Amino acid sequence: MPMEARDIESLIRAAFPDARITITDLAGDGNHWAAEVVDESFRGMNRVQQQRAVYASLRGSMDGPSGALHALALTTKAPD
Amino acid sequence: MTATDQIRDTIAKNDVVLFMKGTRAMPQCGFSSRVAGVLNYMGVEYADVDVLADPEIRQGIKDFSDWPTIPQLYVKGEFVGGCDIVTEMTLSGELDQLFEAKGVAYDRDAADKIRAANAS
Repeated sequence: MPMEARDIESLIRAAFPDARITITDLAGDGNHWAAEVVDESFRGMNRVQQQRAVYASLRGSMDGPSGALHALALTTKAPD
Repeated sequence: MTATDQIRDTIAKNDVVLFMKGTRAMPQCGFSSRVAGVLNYMGVEYADVDVLADPEIRQGIKDFSDWPTIPQLYVKGEFVGGCDIVTEMTLSGELDQLFEAKGVAYDRDAADKIRAANAS
């Protein structure tokens, strides 16, 4: 069952309540998403650490053939 | 040898390793293709590991890196990131800096051409 933009956002939102989150449907097929997450908590973390934290918030949705989230391009940063 | 030992061995023996779906010559996924394409174009010498060829490596590298997606790039034993991070680093010049800091040969002109072609 593919995920909707609001499902993705609410999972990320639960972990990063104050983040600026932008979800884009890359291919228009509801299956290839991009998420930009801008959050103060990322300050001082490198990109790998930032994106691990976002992946963790998705709690297994990315995992393997059974994962609901097939493709999610991530951009993470701290606010300017 | 366990999958984890195999992974450890591969990243110890090769300065640059790309864990990917498919091979450098025939990638089986757009994200893997993009990273392999950058490395190929920049003339970087690297080992490609096709995770589709071995389910234990496919899961093993995710656990090893604590990273849920493929591709995964390693430079001198250090996890650099997946497709999005490598793309950002290519365009910002950070990938060049990393290769220079780690003593990995690459074609600077080719890297500049990628940046010129993607300049917004």
